[in-house]
Amino acid sequence: MKPDISTKVGPIELERPTMLASGILGISLEVFSRLYKDGAGALVTKSLSKEPWDGYPNPTIIGVKAGYLNAIGLSNPGAQYFAKMIESNKTVPIIVSLVGSIEEDFTFMIKQFENVKILGYELNLSCPHVEKVGLEVGDDPNLVRKIVKSIKSHSKVPIIAKVGLGSSDYLETVRAACESGIDAITAINTVRAMGIDVETTRPLLSNKIGGLSGSAIKPIAVRCVYEISSKFDIPIIGCGGVSNWEDAVEFILAGASAVQIGSAIGEKWTDIFSEINNGISKYMEKKGFSNINEMIGIAKKF
Amino acid sequence: MQRNSNRPLVVKIEKIIEETPTVRTLVFSDEIFSSVLPGQFAMVWIPGVNELPMSVMITLEKGKGAFTVRKHGLASTELYNLKVGDYIGMRGPYGNSFTIKQGKLLLVGGGTGLVPLVRLLTFLKKTDEVTILIGAKTKEEVFFEKLANQLLENNKHQVIVVTEDGTYGKSGLVTEEMEKLLYEKKFDAIYTCGPEKMMHKVVQLAHTKKLHVQASLERMMKCGMGICGSCCMGEVLVCKDGTVFDGEYLLSNKEFGFTHRNKAGILENY
Ligand SMILES: Cc1cc2nc3c(=O)[nH]c(=O)nc-3n(C[C@H](O)[C@H](O)[C@H](O)COP(=O)(O)OP(=O)(O)OC[C@H]3O[C@@H](n4cnc5c(N)ncnc54)[C@H](O)[C@@H]3O)c2cc1C
Ligand SMILES: Cc1cc2nc3c(=O)[nH]c(=O)nc-3n(C[C@H](O)[C@H](O)[C@H](O)COP(=O)(O)O)c2cc1C
Ligand code: FES
Repeated sequence: MKPDISTKVGPIELERPTMLASGILGISLEVFSRLYKDGAGALVTKSLSKEPWDGYPNPTIIGVKAGYLNAIGLSNPGAQYFAKMIESNKTVPIIVSLVGSIEEDFTFMIKQFENVKILGYELNLSCPHVEKVGLEVGDDPNLVRKIVKSIKSHSKVPIIAKVGLGSSDYLETVRAACESGIDAITAINTVRAMGIDVETTRPLLSNKIGGLSGSAIKPIAVRCVYEISSKFDIPIIGCGGVSNWEDAVEFILAGASAVQIGSAIGEKWTDIFSEINNGISKYMEKKGFSNINEMIGIAKKF
Repeated sequence: MQRNSNRPLVVKIEKIIEETPTVRTLVFSDEIFSSVLPGQFAMVWIPGVNELPMSVMITLEKGKGAFTVRKHGLASTELYNLKVGDYIGMRGPYGNSFTIKQGKLLLVGGGTGLVPLVRLLTFLKKTDEVTILIGAKTKEEVFFEKLANQLLENNKHQVIVVTEDGTYGKSGLVTEEMEKLLYEKKFDAIYTCGPEKMMHKVVQLAHTKKLHVQASLERMMKCGMGICGSCCMGEVLVCKDGTVFDGEYLLSNKEFGFTHRNKAGILENY
């Protein structure tokens, strides 16, 4: 019998364990439909804010050894516009990523999606390069509590919190989110980093500091998933440097119920989802696993 | 050491060619960027200013690459104003390229859209019969006419300039001239690059005659390598699935010829 690669991230059911990470290609319903057909189990949108944002001037993303540096500056068309753009959605499993600095930002945004078919929300508590939102919120457990509680009381769909490595202990952010009723955790966002051109002696990104993604951060992300899953009873989505099926399996063994894929799409393009799904399936067959659940977190027993 | 094509390669500008009062070609030395495919582009870093997508221009010297820039907004004007000895960076080359057909070929271009078409000329066979239509608003904005003639020296060819105000060459829109040509002559393939409204008309005209046509498109680009999503047009990402698309596909895409996204990702009309 073919192993079953469907998975559950708490209340969120996915046909396949590979999701599109936030901020990657996530700008139109047509692109989401394409990636869904190509094998993605769910699609996380770019992080949306209350108002549209242009983002930082270019260069906003460049390649480094084993990854990318980006400081896009959370460019997005705003929650209201985006909700209208995807309102005709019937079949595509979309998770809406939100970013803001106060409770009211989030309640306003959630209102926009009241009548739109979505699987859930992902709160970006971890963007490393935009002031007053993202990590600055994630680094303040009391604010996280207030925001998560408020969203929980307004939303009809599940809420995921996306954490990253900020200036305070990220496990405190996870704790605050769990205690406030969060449905799942995505770990991790990009890691604060920078690059400098030696010829011109200038920082490469227009914002100077950005976030590191890709293979370079995978071992860090695996460690975070392992730590969260060891300390908390909460479903986890692993993110950071997944570029093949071994990477995906590694995250699952560390405790993730699903994975998100970002940077690697730039190299392998949209085939990456089915490639990884097939790889996971073959691995399960070889190892005698019949479903994903049997594999989640088994590295913890050693 | 293998070069990381996604990290800006910084070079010095070695030569500047004045094409028109608002268009300049900046020349630099680099093997990889001297020999890209027709339609491919680079993300060009203007240190301290911005980074813009630019088609890679040919040069007649070995081992040299170039960009031809029209001064427009802030970033392109800063690029245009750079001097010999100033630094620029570039990532890439990115994107696909024109499918090279043989026989009777028609190229239709306007403005800096001529850059990939000029490169295409260097990939053609001597046996090809080439017609190139160059569109411009007015006489002083015409460029690459001489270069096109020079590159096609050994081919049966015709370079036709069309100005909107009739101050040089034929008078009218380049697509009106194309319509006339399609009645008189048969073509095996058509290639176009330039303002989107022009390309839309070119594709429609070719389609009514059932001719093979390809267009190289522009959209807002941040990463240039299929990650950020800012260049999406319907379900395609122009930087990675394109920039070159078949006419047949383009006519099925409801954004082609009508809308593009701004920096925030909001659709705007052309
Ligand atoms: C694949 C590709 C190849 C190109 N090749 C050339 C070329 O060879 N020569 C040339 O002069 N120009 C080329 N362009 C256009 C060029 O990138 C700029 O759009 C143009 O120079 C105006 O930039 P600006 O910032 O000065 O103008 P602004 O006044 O800042 O913007 C004017 C308009 O330019 C466009 N634009 C601005 N930034 C970008 C961006 N990052 N990506 C895409 N569009 C943008 C938008 O439509 C914007 O509304 C190309 C664009 C693309 C996508
Ligand atoms: C260009 C780019 C834009 C991103 N934008 C967002 C965003 O808007 N919101 C967010 O939560 N994460 C964003 N991220 C982070 C990714 O979702 C992901 O957490 C990170 O890139 C690590 O995964 P990867 O190594 O597979 O890319 C972005 C990453 C990149 C490279
Ligand atoms: S410019 Fe980023 S995906 Fe095309």
